Amino acid sequence: MSRLATSTSEIVARVGSETPAVEVRDLRKTFNRKDKKAGRFARKRPWPALADVTFSIARGECVAILGQNGSGKSTLVRLLSTLLINDGGEARIFGHDAFEETSTIRRLVNRVSVEASFFKKMSAAENLSYAARFYGMTPSQTRVAIPEILEQVGFPADRRNESMENLSRGMQQKVALARALLTSPVLLLLDEPTTGLDPRSKLEVQEFIRRVRQEHDATILLCTHDMNEAEMLADRIGLLDRGRLLFLEPVEDVKRRFGVETLEQAFFAATGREFEQDSDDEDDDEYREVFGG
Amino acid sequence: MSSAYAIEARRQLVGLFGIVERNVYLTKRYILWDLAFMVWTIANTLTIVFIARGLHLSPAKVNTAETALLVGATIWAFLGIIFEFMTEIVAWERWEGTIEYTFMAPLSRLAHLFGQGAFAVLYGLIRATILFFAVAAFIGLHMPGANYGAAFLLLALASLSFIGIGIMTSVLPLISPEKGAQLGFVAQGLMLVVSGVYYPVNVMPEWMQWLAKISPATYALRGDRASIIHGAGIAWADVWPLLIIAVLATPIGLAIFNRGERYAKKHGKLKRAG
Repeated sequence: MSRLATSTSEIVARVGSETPAVEVRDLRKTFNRKDKKAGRFARKRPWPALADVTFSIARGECVAILGQNGSGKSTLVRLLSTLLINDGGEARIFGHDAFEETSTIRRLVNRVSVEASFFKKMSAAENLSYAARFYGMTPSQTRVAIPEILEQVGFPADRRNESMENLSRGMQQKVALARALLTSPVLLLLDEPTTGLDPRSKLEVQEFIRRVRQEHDATILLCTHDMNEAEMLADRIGLLDRGRLLFLEPVEDVKRRFGVETLEQAFFAATGREFEQDSDDEDDDEYREVFGG
Repeated sequence: MSSAYAIEARRQLVGLFGIVERNVYLTKRYILWDLAFMVWTIANTLTIVFIARGLHLSPAKVNTAETALLVGATIWAFLGIIFEFMTEIVAWERWEGTIEYTFMAPLSRLAHLFGQGAFAVLYGLIRATILFFAVAAFIGLHMPGANYGAAFLLLALASLSFIGIGIMTSVLPLISPEKGAQLGFVAQGLMLVVSGVYYPVNVMPEWMQWLAKISPATYALRGDRASIIHGAGIAWADVWPLLIIAVLATPIGLAIFNRGERYAKKHGKLKRAG
């Protein structure tokens, strides 16, 4: 790049409009994992968390990646958000290499994960200020932006200065959404954003995601194991199974391809297994712990 | 500097300020715990300073020995805070679960680590000052000719080197989530033992005296003792080694941290809790 870009919009504008928001080709990530069944002293073996995954997402599109726990969804999100280094293949975000141009990628991407991760003793406003500073937002900017974004996500104004530890899981997740949107990302990675929420909070978060799509010019990659959520929010749905992306297409095409009426049936047709949320496989976080040691 | 680079530099400074600001928020939340820890530090320092009273020396020599020990204990406490903040920069965020959000933000590692270091130095200097004067008042130390300004400035200057070395140790929790943070304290202890924390450097074996030459704590202890006990100003002989160590330690520390970060990202250890 000949000159340093000053803003997210400038970074995006510099690449041609035909460049996809996300372009992933033959992406691989392998961890070393102990086989639990082989006992405490078993040797670690390579285990593919992602195996030759290829797909692309157009600008402004919302794509849902479905998969059971341990299918590789969180690994994919972490790779795209510069938190993991690939073992092969490539990923480009608005034309920029996700593993080589990390400082540019970090300006374009933000993420909401299944755990609303905050400094628990700090308030919602303080946590948002902290996150916003990393993106260059000054105190005078956040004094205006934080109340606005919290209002948008339906967070009560009188609880802004309350410690996060006193807030419900649903409230915390709203603050997590506010944190992600505060920095105006052009690619929003949502990793199980509604898992563990009560039905009302879940609907509120889903409604908010829908509004983000309408009002912000953001591309969304939603990783979930909630098939209804995926069908409701996404333009296309992909199925990630044991690190392999089996398909990625509009939901009607999926049903037509397998001659079925529901995504559950499509999953069964594609994998030969029932789709269960609580499978024997560990989730990605547990995998990381097992592999990392 | 073009305007684009100026904007980026400003962004990084705002991010650095964000780290300091976060630590101010957290310190306010944990202020009662800090007070309790302060009491412990004072008690611990008294156990060291009282050693001089058992030496059966003249009152003037006891006063000098107590002062020398107090300077050593204060710098130990100061260094402890810097190493704690630097070594736990990763461990704290792992504990809170925010580490991935910090590491995926467009904040350079230099600004990130120096933000933490800047707060550690400010906080450490405040605590060291309180500790020093609280203990001095408690045991009735006489320091009529002390040059506090020179002692304070030299400690602040030494802090640059301490931050650089602290950055090197802050990588340890990235490599070993279970034991990395504790290893940081091992590094602190090793640095002080070769630097003459409670004794002159020349009482140590020769190979340890050689190590003392490359430890910034040696110059901070020597200079601060001279300023407090003899009222000396800042000596160039203490300044230039500190400057050289600071200039070398920071880039080496950053390079080590970057390697550790890359290792953690390659092996999926970034978020892993011990």
